[in-house]
Amino acid sequence: MKTRMMAAAAALLLTGSMTAQAAEKNKFEMWHGLTGDLGEAVGEVCGRFNASQTEFEISCTSQGSYDAAVNNSIAAYRAKKNPTIVQVFDAGTLDLMLSGAFVPAHKLMEDNGYKIDWTNYVSSISDYYATSKGELYSFPFNSSSALLYWNKDAFAKVGETEAPKTWEAVETVSKKLQAAGYACPLAINYDTWTIMEQFSAIHGIPVATKSNGYAGLDGELVINKTKFVDYVKYLKAGYDAGIFKIKVPETGATNTQAFASGDCQMMMSSVADHGTVGRTQKADMKWGVSFLPVYEGTKRLNSLVGGASMWVLQGRSKEEYKGAAAFLNFLAQPESELFWSTRTGYIPVTKSGFKFLKDQGFYDKAQFKGREVALESLNASPVNPDLSRGIRLGGFIAIRKEVRDGLQDIFAGNVGVQAGLDAVVERSNVILRRFEKTYANKQLP
Amino acid sequence: MSRRVHYKVWWLGGALLVPQLLLVFTFFYWPAGAALFWAFTLEQPWGGGNEFVGFDNFRAVFADTAYWHTVARSFIFAGLATALAMGGALLMALFCDRQLRGHKLVRTGLIWPYAVAAPAAGVAFRFLFAPEAGVFAVLNQLHPDFWNPAQIGWHAMAMIIVAYSWKYIAYNFIFFIAGLQAIPRSLVEASAMDGAGPLRRMRDLQIPLLAPTFFFLLVINLTDSFVDSFGIIDITTGGGPAKATTLMVYKIFFDGFRGLDYSGAAAQSIILMLMIMVLTFVQFRYIERKVHYK
Repeated sequence: MKTRMMAAAAALLLTGSMTAQAAEKNKFEMWHGLTGDLGEAVGEVCGRFNASQTEFEISCTSQGSYDAAVNNSIAAYRAKKNPTIVQVFDAGTLDLMLSGAFVPAHKLMEDNGYKIDWTNYVSSISDYYATSKGELYSFPFNSSSALLYWNKDAFAKVGETEAPKTWEAVETVSKKLQAAGYACPLAINYDTWTIMEQFSAIHGIPVATKSNGYAGLDGELVINKTKFVDYVKYLKAGYDAGIFKIKVPETGATNTQAFASGDCQMMMSSVADHGTVGRTQKADMKWGVSFLPVYEGTKRLNSLVGGASMWVLQGRSKEEYKGAAAFLNFLAQPESELFWSTRTGYIPVTKSGFKFLKDQGFYDKAQFKGREVALESLNASPVNPDLSRGIRLGGFIAIRKEVRDGLQDIFAGNVGVQAGLDAVVERSNVILRRFEKTYANKQLP
Repeated sequence: MSRRVHYKVWWLGGALLVPQLLLVFTFFYWPAGAALFWAFTLEQPWGGGNEFVGFDNFRAVFADTAYWHTVARSFIFAGLATALAMGGALLMALFCDRQLRGHKLVRTGLIWPYAVAAPAAGVAFRFLFAPEAGVFAVLNQLHPDFWNPAQIGWHAMAMIIVAYSWKYIAYNFIFFIAGLQAIPRSLVEASAMDGAGPLRRMRDLQIPLLAPTFFFLLVINLTDSFVDSFGIIDITTGGGPAKATTLMVYKIFFDGFRGLDYSGAAAQSIILMLMIMVLTFVQFRYIERKVHYK
């Protein structure tokens, strides 16, 4: 009798400890698209979250690229084996938004008892990802904006001490640099994010009708009717005159590599490259970053955010959502933002995070100096809901490619600027109409 | 005399076929069936709705002039890549078969490229052929844009043909060398004693006897050059400059996996599949007649 009771007690204890162990860690998954050093940085963020509490355990897996993260999540979602959280890049936002495959950010946090001050997000960042009514469905994560990088040494040689603020000044200084023997005053590439999207936003001109797509799926591209046409003509003329050089992987060096090695004296790129330039630059080269130039007489609007946001997908358990909410709350803490900005070139996405970094003296350190310019650029004006929110167009990946193809055609001299852009718009509008038809049963939120 | 073997139990043959059929079904008929279904609907990538649209997807594809350009490019690519991959391999196999000094080393070395993954090969070729940093950078100093695949379409096309063939030369080489070794040595030696030089022996003896291998490789190479090039293209040129290297299969890959237009990509893959079936049929109908197996 006694032994039996003891055995029962032991069994109870055993099962008790087993359930305790199972309850000890509440596990869930996150998939992301970053690789290499950035991928490792995401892993460290997840490690910090796991170490910060004992209730949850997140496991973060890189899918190899932004595209793969989306494609694999789609396949997994269709097979009902999706991760709880997936990182989706800016241009993939609309497909998810219309899918109904996610748990909206507001709902997730309310359901799990978090009170989030949504206005704490930098407005040009949150507006980009939010619905037309301003509701955030996903959590902005790695964020950047585009800047002009300039070589202070080369500028000093031609008697300049400041970065050019206007495109007119860019031309002047480029000619001076060319006359002084520099082969590549400004590196350009076919990255539509800087050339088309940022340019249009800061100049306050539309990329598409319907508030760049935010007001409905029936928008049309208008880049062949705006100042963007003059801008492409300007870049092409500079290219023909040899003051602007095309730097893409196919030519042998990206614009970042060409700038860091000192071959090119200016370039436009994401603030996320700030760290890369610092690490790979020619020894003792002095350089700085500033706002993207605008045309003279332009009233500058805020630039656009680039990067990715975190989406919580449908079909997981209550416990997993609890973990997801804790993780996303953890990401928005100022300490997390400091870690993320220190480890990568990305910028904080909350106002409190930015203030915290400033107070810590982050932006006074030599290797991080200048990164605050990206936030200043994002905050250069209140967000104009029609022009500088962002771009919300269906099939935008394909449209970006059409623009890139068109620019390549134009720069190769196969087609004139206006004719080339007309063709791009015509082809892009076909993509937009196809997307609209695919989602005919959905309402853009 | 009939050499056919018959099973005693009627179902045994079928049962032995099942594993193979299962594989073919899972990895070919099922996905092809799904593609067929998507090709006639408008599919939302995350699920949540698809609408039957009949032949609309095909109409949209055929109405796109850029699509017809990709078809033309695919044929140019397939023709040139197959010619280069087979011609190059045949030449090397013939010389390797002569057992000159170091032929064993050469043989092993020539097989290796096939083991290199397409993206790795793509990165290597992009770097080698880069107009400002690669091997050809010197030429551009003599004359600007002498070689510039970043901007001149046919340069980029030539680059992907070479990069693609480089890998397939290795593949074809294995078959050619095996085919050559299957030719009885006595035949070659007899013709040598009759006074035929190496070139004569190649032309009149070895190459005709290689015809079955040649035909097999032709079918495989042509098919693969239509469907297997997107890895190299994605890394080396990204389909550019200005679509100059966007082949049919790369457009399918991009539209489907980048652009998330599943239905458009499905319709295109059905078209490509039908095209390859017709092409293979034509080869068997008209070229195989000229091949002697014995």
